[in-house]
Amino acid sequence: MKDLLKALPWIGPAVALIAAVVLFPVGLMFWNSTRDISQSGVDDGGVGLANFATVIGFQYFWPILGRTVVWVVVVVGCTLIGSLALAALLNKAFPGRRLVRMAVIVPWASSVVMTTLVVHYGLEPYFGIINSFLVDVGLISTPEGYGWTRHPGTAFAWAMAVAVFVSLPFTTYTVLAGLQTVPGETVEAARIDGASGVRTYFSVVLPQLRGAISVAVLINIINVFNSLPILRVMTGSIPGYDADTVMTMIFKYMQNQRQIDLASALSVIAFLVVIAIVAVYVRVVRPLEEV
Amino acid sequence: MTAITDPGTTSRSATRPPSDNRRRVRKYTTDQVPLGSLLLRLLAGLVVLVVFLLPYLIMFFGSVKTKAEIRSVDPTYFPTEWHWDNYVTMWSTPETPLAQNLISTLVISLCATLLVLAVALPAAYYTARFRFQGRLFFLFLVIVTQMVQPAVLTSGLFRQFIAIGILDTWVAMILVNAAFNLSFAVWIMHSFFAGIPKEVDEAAQLDGAGTFAVLTKINLPLVWPGIVTAVVFTFVASWNEFAASLVLLTTAGNQPLSVALTKFVGQYETSWHYVFGVSVVAIVPVVILFMIIEKRLVGGLVAGSVK
Repeated sequence: MKDLLKALPWIGPAVALIAAVVLFPVGLMFWNSTRDISQSGVDDGGVGLANFATVIGFQYFWPILGRTVVWVVVVVGCTLIGSLALAALLNKAFPGRRLVRMAVIVPWASSVVMTTLVVHYGLEPYFGIINSFLVDVGLISTPEGYGWTRHPGTAFAWAMAVAVFVSLPFTTYTVLAGLQTVPGETVEAARIDGASGVRTYFSVVLPQLRGAISVAVLINIINVFNSLPILRVMTGSIPGYDADTVMTMIFKYMQNQRQIDLASALSVIAFLVVIAIVAVYVRVVRPLEEV
Repeated sequence: MTAITDPGTTSRSATRPPSDNRRRVRKYTTDQVPLGSLLLRLLAGLVVLVVFLLPYLIMFFGSVKTKAEIRSVDPTYFPTEWHWDNYVTMWSTPETPLAQNLISTLVISLCATLLVLAVALPAAYYTARFRFQGRLFFLFLVIVTQMVQPAVLTSGLFRQFIAIGILDTWVAMILVNAAFNLSFAVWIMHSFFAGIPKEVDEAAQLDGAGTFAVLTKINLPLVWPGIVTAVVFTFVASWNEFAASLVLLTTAGNQPLSVALTKFVGQYETSWHYVFGVSVVAIVPVVILFMIIEKRLVGGLVAGSVK
């Protein structure tokens, strides 16, 4: 106990900050999810689990949840496959490699909102540059292009593409770090035994990347599940709920409908889902063990 | 979860701070590579380069076009005239007070970074150096924070900040950015401190230096790269933060650029050239910061990424 008191000046401020800005809001959110809060913010008393019933009873709830699963699985899956290929290339020697590595960092450092805005502009009919390119190369026959961002399905698909694009840098660098721990002798030994390059990669290199991959996937799942800006920019102006995920729905409850109690209930659900995914993942894959 | 039961060794092996030269053991040479596969790699590298820079090139070229050109039904890939004056006129566009948004972004990011440094540095040092009751609990708390993001907590934060009267203030976002980047900063600096042999400290203590002097005079110069990494990550994450700012900052002038720029979307006639001009101004500095710590970006392995 005495040594804890001695430690307090050093760790106390950090504990206070976490308690006040992370733990307390979690508690408050759980509390608010059981209250009836008016649009002007007045607490009109407890309602038990009624807010959860309303949120889950909403006719688009299950489609939104299903879309969230698609969003996470597709984005994280494509990111992982893309990163493995990208890291394999960036781990090999070629002139200008450093320049390419630097270019890969750019979407990581850049604001996701700004990256998405460029794509959104590019997809505009008539003057969007991506549409114009697709018309120029003959993939679209209508001269004004296609209204990608006007339809929930195509807007959502493009949002997934942007999400993969901005997730690639971090994942690639993590895999690259993993590749650097693969001893060169193991690769050479496989080569001497007559294994092809592809065979060597899949049976010698890939198994040794397990630690790096599992950590990268875990962090990507958390980030992609919690991602708001891409869908907000890409699909935010589409009426209805056909391109929403749990996260965008929370913000619709909060901002468009000003129903903080329902927003809290859905946030609690999202929070528990993240915790559950992380818990299951950590138990099954044990990502932190081998790093 | 070994990372929690023995954070010192785990994080050290993950980020491997002091042994950068070890990473360089495998020399990359193009000597023994056949010309054919070298050309193939070069080609693939070129494709990657173009793909990753393309959105930002479109941004840059768009930022110097006129409004008429960027909204023309016959779009041009490259600007016909280079209108550098967009970078001056964009600040007075009516959609949002961009100059104030830039100041907000700067103040919030700088203050959040300073706060993180002030709070995380002592905690990282102490937990790496001393065993005490509650140490593992503290490190567990730090890891758990890493799993939570502000987006999922905004409804709680919103009500909390109304109650204490700091909704729609810079202070609110400084606290949020600091709190949610704290775990990464503690973790990365912890791993650097843990990489310094304890004997170094003990030698200094024998010479009569106190705990504080050991930290500032002996350890700080050695963990400097870890501090720079933590600072850059925190600054860039705060600079780009979107979800919490969207809800917690309600006055246009208080909002950071990330939130302000979304207001252009859905306008009757979006001034895309201004959107891109502001984006270029906002992106260039943070990309440079990231490039400076390029070698240490993998430090984010355990502690997460910016996005």
